[in-house]
Amino acid sequence: MLGLDFDIAHMLAGGLVLVSFMMLYQVRLYALLHVLALHAFVLALSVSWQAYIQDAPHLYITAAIALVFKAAIVPWALRKMVFRLGIHREIENVVSVGLTMLGGMALVALSLEVMLPVTSGADPVAREDIALALSVVLIGLLMMVTRRNAVSQVVGFMSLENGIIFAATGARGMPLVVEISVAFSVLIAFIVIGIFLFRIRERFDTVDIGAMDQFRGGQQ
Amino acid sequence: MAVILESLLVQLFQMTIILALAPLLTGLVRKVKARLQRRRGPPLIQPYRDLRRLLGKEVVLADNASWLFRVAPYIIFAVTWVAAALIPTFATGLLFSWSGDLIAIAALLGSARFVQALAALDIGTSFGGIGSSRDLMIASLAEPAMVMIVFSVALIAGSTQLSTIAEHLLDAHVGLRVSLALALVALVIVALAENARIPVDNPATHLELTMVHEAMVLEYSGRHLAMIDLAAFLKLLLYVSMIGCIFVPFGMVHASARPLAYLIGGAAWLAKLAVAGVLLGIFEMSIAKMRVFRVPNFLGAALMLGLLGVLLLFVSRGM
Repeated sequence: MLGLDFDIAHMLAGGLVLVSFMMLYQVRLYALLHVLALHAFVLALSVSWQAYIQDAPHLYITAAIALVFKAAIVPWALRKMVFRLGIHREIENVVSVGLTMLGGMALVALSLEVMLPVTSGADPVAREDIALALSVVLIGLLMMVTRRNAVSQVVGFMSLENGIIFAATGARGMPLVVEISVAFSVLIAFIVIGIFLFRIRERFDTVDIGAMDQFRGGQQ
Repeated sequence: MAVILESLLVQLFQMTIILALAPLLTGLVRKVKARLQRRRGPPLIQPYRDLRRLLGKEVVLADNASWLFRVAPYIIFAVTWVAAALIPTFATGLLFSWSGDLIAIAALLGSARFVQALAALDIGTSFGGIGSSRDLMIASLAEPAMVMIVFSVALIAGSTQLSTIAEHLLDAHVGLRVSLALALVALVIVALAENARIPVDNPATHLELTMVHEAMVLEYSGRHLAMIDLAAFLKLLLYVSMIGCIFVPFGMVHASARPLAYLIGGAAWLAKLAVAGVLLGIFEMSIAKMRVFRVPNFLGAALMLGLLGVLLLFVSRGM
């Protein structure tokens, strides 16, 4: 047995993967934003637990960034954006929810299969954190691939970034500078995407990515 | 010898008491729902009265009903009763606990469903056909989820036998397991689907667009209907007891304990049943019935939770 430290870290990591799956399951935009906030909240909990067991106080700052920016400000801004864009219907998926979830399961299995043998010999908490963080990243990518709506692609991007932060905190000794610059660049990306969303909307009267296909140049 | 005698007594007592209490649990759920709707609702013992009335009525059979249609209610009832008798409700030292295997219980319930679907198809009405095809669609999704739950519980406890699982979870230092929590949620979803409760099926409706279980038993009357109803009551009790036995095994009595311990175990079991009945009533009141086409997603979530639990267990065991 590895003790309670490992059990709690394992539970929080598993919870993060679970919330990623809840995102795949959600078909309503507002509910999706709530789940994104929950995702960041679980990330903050997990990072603060890492800070506690690694005895690394700077990770508390990471957790605070996750809590303030990703669990509160970003979902709130996205919510306002959805309101202003006037889209609060169900999201259209490219493939059905059941199939997406099966794909997600396969990705989790893949990342465990890849990561666990590679990291053998490392600290167990870091090993399983990295394995599960990779699956969070892959599920975020899957979300961006399977959703047509640009807003939900942003949500997928945000959850992907949460996965990267999660992987980084599991490994010991990541400098705070890297952490803050990642958070900052994501914020910039968020703003750029936000402006871009409104541009798409102005031009095509929709944020459905599928509508843009007919404007593609080339083989027409 | 004394041990065998005691386990036989406990087993017989359990078989009687589950049969006696099953209608009461359903009555409790109905009462809670009625009170939440600010109705007075039927008394708690109404299911017993319904059963007595149905047993006294004559059976109306369709002209083209074969022997299967007449035999099916008794098979369904007997199989469900046997499955319910295998679940350790208040004590683990049952005579048949060596066969109280989760996979065996799932197989017994599966055969009951098979017979029910056949009987519904037998008389050739369209409702029977709709009901059985929908029921089998739900079952084909619920059973893989059930198998995943069995896997994750068996990986933790090292056995698929319910009494061993209960004793392991009661005694050993299990720690904090996210897989168990996932398995609990998945098992609750499967139990809702299997018992035809509200997000999946409405037990109180006869609206042809939505009914699943009721469509299958629409042609039954008299004592046949009584048997099917009693089997449905038993199935609800079975799932509640199974969830209690795996996830909240507190108060369960070991084999060859003192009589006082049996009293405590029985009281704990009754308390679990009451809590589960009230929670089920509240849950059913607070959620709307799902469209039939959304049920696969709902059950897919159970399958996914079970699978995720198993994967996470492999991670923590591989360390």
